[in-house]
Amino acid sequence: MVEEHAGGGTLEGQDVPFAALIVSYEQTHAGIFEGSMIRITRRVEFSAAHFYHNPNLSPEENLRIFGKCNNPHGHGHNYALEVTIAGEPDATTGMILDLKELKEILQTEVIDRMDHRHLNYEVPELAGQIPTCENLAVAIWKLLLPRITKGKLDRVRVYESPDLFADCAAGNSIRGEVRS
Amino acid sequence: MRVSLTRRYRFAASHRLYTSHLSEEQNRRVYGKCSNPYGHGHNYFVEVTVSGPIDPETGMIANLSVLDPFVQDRMIEAFDQKYLNEQVAEFAPEKRLVPTTENLCRVIFGRLRAFPAARLERVRIEETSNNSFEVEEGADEAA
Repeated sequence: MVEEHAGGGTLEGQDVPFAALIVSYEQTHAGIFEGSMIRITRRVEFSAAHFYHNPNLSPEENLRIFGKCNNPHGHGHNYALEVTIAGEPDATTGMILDLKELKEILQTEVIDRMDHRHLNYEVPELAGQIPTCENLAVAIWKLLLPRITKGKLDRVRVYESPDLFADCAAGNSIRGEVRS
Repeated sequence: MRVSLTRRYRFAASHRLYTSHLSEEQNRRVYGKCSNPYGHGHNYFVEVTVSGPIDPETGMIANLSVLDPFVQDRMIEAFDQKYLNEQVAEFAPEKRLVPTTENLCRVIFGRLRAFPAARLERVRIEETSNNSFEVEEGADEAA
């Protein structure tokens, strides 16, 4: 017999309410996730324009260092962003964090700020920096870090093209010190 | 936080998995069709990862205008359109190093580790879309 409005399911042929199923799940899976670190990655894409120019350098130096990326009219990419969260799945939901929540955070912090924008002129987080893949990964890391409250931000990977990406990952800065 | 930059390169080469330590029969048992005597080939994809401080003047860990020619010179020129068993010094018969993709990772890491502008962190090779191998900084290299 299915209880009215409470919803329910079938456990070994018997109708039981969802609440009972959840209790049963917690009991049967007690400790199963304990100490197990899981990583979950969500990918989003955005398109933006940029160019590389350092006003402290001469036009010749800019051209020598940045090549065709120095073209002042800018050029664009279809960027792909992969955000990895590490943590232990909650015993009740089986989730590290709600992916819908993560999607909304990526929408607010990244897509709304950067999609169909010019990174040199329209993204304050990159002001005064050359908008390279590396600096973009660091800027996105800094935007997301305070927003991830369940699980830990583990890695931000920014693809500028299928053949080029930058990673910003949790850990000490001995090997990849950030000086921006 | 740690920051790294990864660039994806490609080359095509042939190889044969075979070791003179084993008999023909044993080679066939261990390596299967990869041991066919005339060799076979792959389109290899190689991901090269470097790390280091982001230069505030350029916003870069390493300028691709430096990395690309280095990889071209040290890796692509040496491996592209070649028979690994006979045309790459590290796999010469007397070295007795089987050109598996594991060993290819170590050889390429060894060739690229002298990159002057940043620290070589990882070499990851896709032999096919189903098989990939990687070696990280700190692992030993092929002699």
